[in-house]
Amino acid sequence: MDVTFSAAALIQASYLLTAFLFIMGLKRMSSPVTARSGILWAGAGMLVATLATFFYPGLTNFPLIIVAIVIGSSIAWFSGRRVAMTDIPQMIALYNGMGGGAAAAIAAVELYRGEQTSTAGATLAVVGGIIGAVSFSGSLIAFGKLQGLIRKSLRFGGQQLLNLLILAAALLLGGLIAAGVLLTPAAVTGLFAAALLLGLSMTLPIGGADMPVVISLYNALTGLAVAFEGFVLGNAAMIIAGTVVGSAGTLLTQLMAKAMNRSLGNVLFSGFGDSAGAATGGAIAGSMKPIEAADVGVMMAFAQKVIIVPGYGMAVAQAQHKVWELCQLLIDRGVTVRFAIHPVAGRMPGHMNVLLAEAGVPYDLIADLDEINAEFDTADVALIIGANDVVNPVARNDKSSPIYGMPILNADKAKNVIVIKRGQGAGFSGIENALFYLDNTRMLYGDGQAAAAALITAVKSV
Amino acid sequence: MTGIVALYIFMLAAFTGYEVIAKVPVILHTPLMSGSNFVHGIVLVGAMVALGNAVTPLEKTIGFVGVLLAAGNAVGGYAVTERMLEMFKSSGARGGKQGGGKGAH
Repeated sequence: MDVTFSAAALIQASYLLTAFLFIMGLKRMSSPVTARSGILWAGAGMLVATLATFFYPGLTNFPLIIVAIVIGSSIAWFSGRRVAMTDIPQMIALYNGMGGGAAAAIAAVELYRGEQTSTAGATLAVVGGIIGAVSFSGSLIAFGKLQGLIRKSLRFGGQQLLNLLILAAALLLGGLIAAGVLLTPAAVTGLFAAALLLGLSMTLPIGGADMPVVISLYNALTGLAVAFEGFVLGNAAMIIAGTVVGSAGTLLTQLMAKAMNRSLGNVLFSGFGDSAGAATGGAIAGSMKPIEAADVGVMMAFAQKVIIVPGYGMAVAQAQHKVWELCQLLIDRGVTVRFAIHPVAGRMPGHMNVLLAEAGVPYDLIADLDEINAEFDTADVALIIGANDVVNPVARNDKSSPIYGMPILNADKAKNVIVIKRGQGAGFSGIENALFYLDNTRMLYGDGQAAAAALITAVKSV
Repeated sequence: MTGIVALYIFMLAAFTGYEVIAKVPVILHTPLMSGSNFVHGIVLVGAMVALGNAVTPLEKTIGFVGVLLAAGNAVGGYAVTERMLEMFKSSGARGGKQGGGKGAH
């Protein structure tokens, strides 16, 4: 008895320490100066909690636990270490889905056992289980979409109604289970099947461009599911960490949606996000005018100021290193070079900063939207590489456009606009870009990396 | 833990989560989302308890999958977050101060 008591006390103290380390870690991660140490603090917290749990009173099945931890950890460690920086968003979705699945698994074990002591406990297990399962299947779809495994967005009439019906079915079953009226294995299976189906059908219609917001939402939901299962198990570390992530994640989701000029409801229910179909109102007058790399090289070499507007396309082409090499050549010639980063450049807010940091671009050359927009007037060249919707002027002046009102980079104000683009197709959102048709815009067709290499040659030969 | 104490913990933790990231600059949104993704990997301890108390083959199977997924969440979340933030350090030497002031307005 005495031994059990001290083990329990040790575990409680460890969980308290873990909660402290998690909160401090997140706090440190919210400032660039301390961010690096933040993950170490949080990591230490996780280690403490995991080790302490091995001393949990009455625990058995240790070989199974250790084997599962080793398998799960190794797969995740090697995938997480090897993944390209461009693919980070889908990996976050994947790991998040795993967390949701784990929360659902805890609920499933509790519910299949069918020994709920209280209705409140059973209700929390059910709600956490539903949320976890939705987050699991939804995150896997988000992963599939960003990874390019799922290309089409499944949409049909009455889809929202169907989702509502699935949700109602899950809630009804869950209510009956929690009340103890229908606590049978079949009902529990039905509950999780409905929740998993809901995650699928909710996420399938959402387009790739909106996925970051969706992943962030599922991240918050997983946190909430973990907190609920923490209540069921009477585990303070899970309650605190899960709730902190639930609320922080909700705020982060709102910030992201705001940066994209979309409301959360809009993201979840409007079905826009990858192909706007009959998107814009008026047809765009004019034509796209091509230019050769040699001419662009001369133009940039003799410019006073060049602003680079990178987009996700640059990262896909792995052109960021070449672009930075080009910029260094220009800087050596006395040209002022700046990078203009839209809040949603890349696949998530902040993703482009990560990608540029990887290429070695120093922070003092990188400016965000508010800082840089006044500077386009004085720029001789705006070089758009892989960006599209974030420089589309229709967001400012075409009320019929789905992206109307979205804050954009005013690249069209520069004296010369050079757009590096693979072909003539529309962007991620499927909306025609009026910038490409302006009189001061020239198109440099080609793969981002090849085009950047051609520009390097051109600048060197000036 | 009584219900009301659990509710107090829930409420205070919710406020904490909100306050902790209320002023985060846009450049850290992705790392922070990844970091919070790692933090809910704490579900691992719950999954360990669930598997540790499992008796029937069904419970053991689900518990095993739960621990495996939770370990993946925690370790994968750590790996990608650490990698991202690592790069912030390397270029932060030159312009970290500027990066710090940016977006905080």
